[in-house]
Amino acid sequence: MDKFIRLDGLVAPLDRSNVDTDAIIPKQFLKSIKRSGFGPNAFDEWRYMDVGQPGQDNSGRPKNPNFVLNQPRYQGAQVLLTRANFGCGSSREHAPWALLDFGFKAIIAESFADIFFNNCFKNGILPIVLPANEIEALFKQVEATPGYKLVVDLEAQTVIRPDGYGVPFQIDAFRKECLVNGWDDIGLTLRHAEKIREFEEKRRISQPWLFAQ
Amino acid sequence: MSKTLYDKLWENHVVHQEADGTALLYIDRHLVHEVTSPQAFEGLKLAGRKPWRVSSIVSTPDHNTPTDHWDEGIKDPISRQQVETLDANIREVGALAYFPFKDPRMGILHVVGPENGATLPGMTVVCGDSHTSTHGAFACLAHGIGTSEVEHVLATQCLLQKKSKTMLVAVEGKLGKGVTAKDVALAIIGTIGTAGGTGYAIEFGGSAIRGLSMEGRMTLCNMAIEGGARMGFVAVDDKTIDYLKDRPFSPKGDVWEKAVAYWRTLHSDAGAQFDRVVTLKAEDIRPQVTWGTSPEMVVAIDAVVPDPAKQADPVKREGMERALQYMGLNPNTPISQIPVDKVFIGSCTNSRIEDLREAAHVLKGRHVAPTVKLALAVPGSGLVKRQAEAEGLDKVFIAAGFEWREPGCSMCLAMNADRLEPGERCASTSNRNFEGRQGPGGRTHLVSPAMAAAAAIAGRFADVRDVL
Repeated sequence: MDKFIRLDGLVAPLDRSNVDTDAIIPKQFLKSIKRSGFGPNAFDEWRYMDVGQPGQDNSGRPKNPNFVLNQPRYQGAQVLLTRANFGCGSSREHAPWALLDFGFKAIIAESFADIFFNNCFKNGILPIVLPANEIEALFKQVEATPGYKLVVDLEAQTVIRPDGYGVPFQIDAFRKECLVNGWDDIGLTLRHAEKIREFEEKRRISQPWLFAQ
Repeated sequence: MSKTLYDKLWENHVVHQEADGTALLYIDRHLVHEVTSPQAFEGLKLAGRKPWRVSSIVSTPDHNTPTDHWDEGIKDPISRQQVETLDANIREVGALAYFPFKDPRMGILHVVGPENGATLPGMTVVCGDSHTSTHGAFACLAHGIGTSEVEHVLATQCLLQKKSKTMLVAVEGKLGKGVTAKDVALAIIGTIGTAGGTGYAIEFGGSAIRGLSMEGRMTLCNMAIEGGARMGFVAVDDKTIDYLKDRPFSPKGDVWEKAVAYWRTLHSDAGAQFDRVVTLKAEDIRPQVTWGTSPEMVVAIDAVVPDPAKQADPVKREGMERALQYMGLNPNTPISQIPVDKVFIGSCTNSRIEDLREAAHVLKGRHVAPTVKLALAVPGSGLVKRQAEAEGLDKVFIAAGFEWREPGCSMCLAMNADRLEPGERCASTSNRNFEGRQGPGGRTHLVSPAMAAAAAIAGRFADVRDVL
């Protein structure tokens, strides 16, 4: 996993609440057995005028000019700004895979759904929760300012606006450490392999019904 | 000190804890299906790792499998590849149980686990599927995970977790005629909102919940995720234990007795403190119908489509306007005047035997309206299907004009051929009414099985209490 320390990225606004993972990556693309290549189908139903199919060449498909991420000024965006309960619904990790493949490395929202929030960290995407008034102010600035960028400083836990105003955010110490170092969770957990084995052996004796073969 | 059920389940699984409270939780049961596992098995192989405990795995394909013409196999080559990949992965690593495509016990994982006794009280149950919360009906700590976590559980038998806040949702009183667990679930989501449970583990309690069957409790816990909570659970009682007795993977003999003694402790202690308590009166809950594109956009059958003009919050108002436009509905239209094109009875929410009985009870001696293009009944598993056929329910569905299909996830998420066409409106017993969920441009209204049956007969939404 890539390390996440500091990002200076173009911001794209997605002004909706309750954006669900079905919208982020529709079901037909979940048939892939790979982790990559979902970017061209991120937000497929909103982004294109036709119905997308897996494996198809997306370059010639008619795009919806009204969908915000199709606007020229937001091309190359790395920070997604959105509203409450982003990533609700299905647990599909294809959603963060699609967003990452599209180019987003940080998502700023008023709140996130739990499973999606968790899935982001496993892929080096930083989900940032900010208060509603700060989100509202950011939407106003982004929409008014072509080329609007934000600095996301993970070490300082601050989002810095172009006017120099910094908005602090919270993150669990353990998750921060993993992101900053680009650590692989499985490797970390396996450092405790002996403890897991001991726990399992005790359990096998105290609750043998859990270990049907 | 008084403990909540969540405290007890949590403490029973902590292997290790970091300074910031992040814990390593031991996983007892790992449910695996074809859509969210291939990348996990591949990751494991690429890293040269072996699965930690394959006897924790119960697996079946469900999302992609067709519900008709099984003799022709899986026609969509990409779907077929995904199912064959699961076959190959399980063949290579092993499992406690694998029910491949067309196996008599194949079905939706969240139906298959409990009916085989593979879901037992006090377990941690995970699956790369958000509706894993279903298993909370058995006082399990059960929730959906992403594919990276599927790989993590395969490799380590553990998950990294932080403890959630706790919410008690108490439904007190007696549910009225024609009001089911689905209506309770939708009424709760309508009350707390789709993000109301975010960050919480929900315990469902109160006399109305204790009055529900295990099937009803599964429906309720299944929908916890639509209220934002990754997990929802119900304490163990006699119904839990009676349901599990003599299931294939349930313990037997002395071990059964020992297990039951432990299971009896799986309830919140008197005086246990919750971070939030929500109370509903069972008598206030009427049959529910969603009108929008989020499960919280829900009203009772005798209500009208809400008017965004009456919503003060501009963000919410815009959301309502967008939903009404997508759904092709006008404010203030009575719900009972909305016609339906298709009806779907199935999904991990409502495809168990009790659901099929409730729908069949309404359908008996009646026929689907001529304006309804398709009415599908999709049992949750091969075992449910056979049980229903033994009771003659299939004949009731078929005589009423329903198609009686093979088990699978089907039109809940439309990964197989069962789907809505753009603009089609469906009365569906599934769990999500998101844009495009049942097919691009499709319009989903979530209802109970009995309400879906009533809608099929009337050709529009109808109050099932009038036909019972």
